[in-house]
Amino acid sequence: MTTDYLKSVAESNQWWALGPEIMLACAALGLLVMEIILPKKDRRFIPYAAMVAQAMVLLTVIFNFQTTWLGENLFGGLIKLSPWGQVARVFFLVSSLLVSFLGTICLPRTKLPRVEFYHIVMVVTAAMMLLVHSNHFVMFFVALETVTIGFYILVSYFRDNALTLEAGLKYLVLGALSSAIMLFGIVLLYGAVGKVSVNGITHTGFEFETLNNFLRHHPDNFLAIAGALLLVGGVAFKIGAFPFQIWIPDVYQGAPTPITAFLAVSSKAAGFAVLLTLVNQVFTPLAGVLVPVLSVLAAATIIMGNLAALTQRNTKRLMGLSGISHAGYLLIGVVASFTVPWATSAVWFYLGTYLLASMAVFGVMTYLTGPDDTNQTLDHYEHLAKQHPFLGGVLAVGVGSLAGIPPLAGFMGKLLLFIVAFQAELYPLLAIAIGGVVLSIYYYFGWIKSAYFEAWRPAATATTAAPQSAITTPSLSGKLILGLLALATLLLGCYPGPLSDWLPF
Amino acid sequence: MNSLHAQLLQLAIATPLVAALIMAGGLPKRLAVKLAGVAFVVPALIAAWLWQQFPAEGGATYHYLSNWDTGLGRFGITLKLGLNGIALPLFLLAATVGLAAGLYALRSGAERLKLYLMLLLTMQGGLLGVFASVDIFFFYFFHELALIPTFIMVGLWGGRDRNYAAMKMTIYLTAGALLSLLGLIAIYVKSGAQSFDLIELKAVLAHQSLAPTVQKYIFGLLLFGFGTLVSLWPLHTWAPLGYGAAPSSAAMLHAGVLKKFGLYGLIQIALPLLPVGAQTWAWPLALLAGIGNVLVIGLITLAQRDLKQMLGYSSVMHMGYCFLGIACLSTIGSGGVVLLMVAHGLSAALLFMLATSVHHRTNTFDLTEMGGLAQKTPVLAACFVAGTMASIGLPAFANFWGELAIFVALWKFSPGLTAVAVAGVVISAIYGLRAVARIFFGPPSEHLQQVMAQHPPADLGWGERLPALILLAALLGLGLYPQLLSRSIDQALPVGIAKVSAGSATVSPAKP
Repeated sequence: MTTDYLKSVAESNQWWALGPEIMLACAALGLLVMEIILPKKDRRFIPYAAMVAQAMVLLTVIFNFQTTWLGENLFGGLIKLSPWGQVARVFFLVSSLLVSFLGTICLPRTKLPRVEFYHIVMVVTAAMMLLVHSNHFVMFFVALETVTIGFYILVSYFRDNALTLEAGLKYLVLGALSSAIMLFGIVLLYGAVGKVSVNGITHTGFEFETLNNFLRHHPDNFLAIAGALLLVGGVAFKIGAFPFQIWIPDVYQGAPTPITAFLAVSSKAAGFAVLLTLVNQVFTPLAGVLVPVLSVLAAATIIMGNLAALTQRNTKRLMGLSGISHAGYLLIGVVASFTVPWATSAVWFYLGTYLLASMAVFGVMTYLTGPDDTNQTLDHYEHLAKQHPFLGGVLAVGVGSLAGIPPLAGFMGKLLLFIVAFQAELYPLLAIAIGGVVLSIYYYFGWIKSAYFEAWRPAATATTAAPQSAITTPSLSGKLILGLLALATLLLGCYPGPLSDWLPF
Repeated sequence: MNSLHAQLLQLAIATPLVAALIMAGGLPKRLAVKLAGVAFVVPALIAAWLWQQFPAEGGATYHYLSNWDTGLGRFGITLKLGLNGIALPLFLLAATVGLAAGLYALRSGAERLKLYLMLLLTMQGGLLGVFASVDIFFFYFFHELALIPTFIMVGLWGGRDRNYAAMKMTIYLTAGALLSLLGLIAIYVKSGAQSFDLIELKAVLAHQSLAPTVQKYIFGLLLFGFGTLVSLWPLHTWAPLGYGAAPSSAAMLHAGVLKKFGLYGLIQIALPLLPVGAQTWAWPLALLAGIGNVLVIGLITLAQRDLKQMLGYSSVMHMGYCFLGIACLSTIGSGGVVLLMVAHGLSAALLFMLATSVHHRTNTFDLTEMGGLAQKTPVLAACFVAGTMASIGLPAFANFWGELAIFVALWKFSPGLTAVAVAGVVISAIYGLRAVARIFFGPPSEHLQQVMAQHPPADLGWGERLPALILLAALLGLGLYPQLLSRSIDQALPVGIAKVSAGSATVSPAKP
């Protein structure tokens, strides 16, 4: 890249295309500055400033949804905006807003520095937005590493808790492993395309179009196939697909609850956004190899996630393990996207419903958490419905939606995925998915049961009552946000029109 | 049909749901109870009016049609409501049993009455929606809307083993519902109609029917999916347990109405759309239902000592007759099924309700611990005896006509199974009459004498008498004059069933 080139980029004002990401990063830096210059008593407003900034970026994206840059190669092919990228931007911003909200509930209970939390969440979100726009493997890897490194810090944020530190270490080691795998895949692809003797090359083996072009002419190239499989393996780590799911329960349990939500929703969605881009734009000619591989992954992920969650009583581990099974259902959509174009929409619709439901559940979990964030079990939920009917209701709606019970939004998500799978004729996967959903009813219903129905205790041990959890009574704004999440889940289940119209089918 | 009727149909479904929402919004308990009463009565009145207005010769097509956009138009999903000759009787059933169950619940004095009524109203709205849906997606959707409250009601107000029963019901019924959902999606995708609208699906498939192998698979999915929901042997085990634990109004609505969802789906959707599939599965279905539901479950019912368990098993057994009628693949058989569905819905609801009334007076469900109640509570005894007679299928009650039509059709299908089915009637007479004898006649047991000494049993009060009378009147009215419903059924069925026979004509050359 020469200076002339940078000049021409500057003159063409392509930076505006990345306006939301730049705004978000600047706001994140601004938070740090505010912490330095504001007097101590005013610093408690910084989290709210962070949320306002994120909300403003969100509005910018929504009002500029049909931006003029759509579909153009920007920055010499590093970045390409797409309608799906815009959807992803909105998704990540909504998610990070809610994570910040959870942070405002959770962080005041500790003596840890707070501003960094919001700062890193915003930086990670900006990086995720860049990630889904990247059209070039160098850009892709840089954005991905920004996300991952941000998560290394966030996962071990409660540094005075042994389990949290263990989780941070696990995430660090396995995250580095997955990055290495992915990098190796990228290098293999680059090597395969960069060979001078092979026809169909243009200038670099990092660009998605070039790669796609090459693969179309050489779908049997062994190096390229190996590279693609390694890349998929690396992404499978991010979404928690079998056999790369081992880190999930421990890390989810150890991470602070808002970060668990961030991992479960944003990180997973980023993984799927990347996977969809790779599968639909780069690796299309490799369907013969990838469809069987991804199908086996999907089946194993659904079975593994549901079976492991069956007997789980720690709620954060339960969310993690059941999240694995959700990744499995979503993988079916990815497999179907090879043959059914609108599968991408179905996957995003599902992710949208998953966002609403998961955040509602994580919200309730955050309110129920005592001083120790890592050991919340189903027993803590006893009498919840009687003592806090509001939290109980939100929990029922969220968990019910995750279980896919109509008339909640999760059901519509599953329905669309099933229709897609039918159209792609993935019958064995459908059968496994149905079995998985039935299994999931057991543990999701068990959760609702422990919140609503009185647990049976033998009379002799009646004195050893349920562990009392320190429930924070939700503030008005907290009630408003959780109520909105539950209401949106309910309304989208009854009238899914708005979301499905908005998605670019 | 003019739009007033269509709007009334919408109103009937919306009233209970809106009432439940208003109650959720924090209505004071006294007002909430009144509102619930109104919300149970309104759909019943509308249903009766719509039935009275239903065109005499118009059972074959849908009436009172209305269409609402859901934003899923591109998938062919719209909220399309309407009634045809098969849907009308069941809609009427849902409204009647809903009214009875609602009136009973209002006076039941359950704990947390407001929540109880809210759930019951949701269930009622879902039930009315099921039978008024022309769109098979919403047909499923409303079913689930009615099903979820059942689980909660069993879990919160249930009797013995309620946690276990609620869990088991949830898992079985969700599995069944998901299987049938797969079948419905399969019809949608494979027909190429790009629509969940049953009218459109019928038109498309009449033009070009599905390949026989595809039909076989889809019919299998629907059969076992719906079968689980209707307690087809051996997928029935949730039913006695669940009904044993369910509070009475939930049991009335579930055993009486919601369970008919599966049978209704088979008759309204599976038979007309998948004639070849129906041919393939007719014999397996008939054997499962005849040997399993009627004979095996009949014998198990004989061995029950617990009144509610016995009623639960007897309800499973009577579903066997319905499956047998469907397996005949004839107009008369299916017509008998629709009539029996209505009749069984009324009689099962009546008996589940009265069982709770008996429990209030005897403080037990154990049949061996009762006796001699007839002297103290003659009205209760009379109602219970009438309900039992209806359930057995004695003439003058609606069940008789349904069973008779099924037996006539079954004779053509297989005389051997007819013998089994008739033997089943004898079995059900034995356990039904024995239960009546043990509860109401003979000397009271020691346990009962103690209970009676403490709380002298009162006869049925109006809170119990009114719902019982509504149900009995419907049973008798249909029994004495079955044309009230059978004409519209007769007009609606041949359209679908004729294709099954035609399907058999095209299939039979392939078989040796």
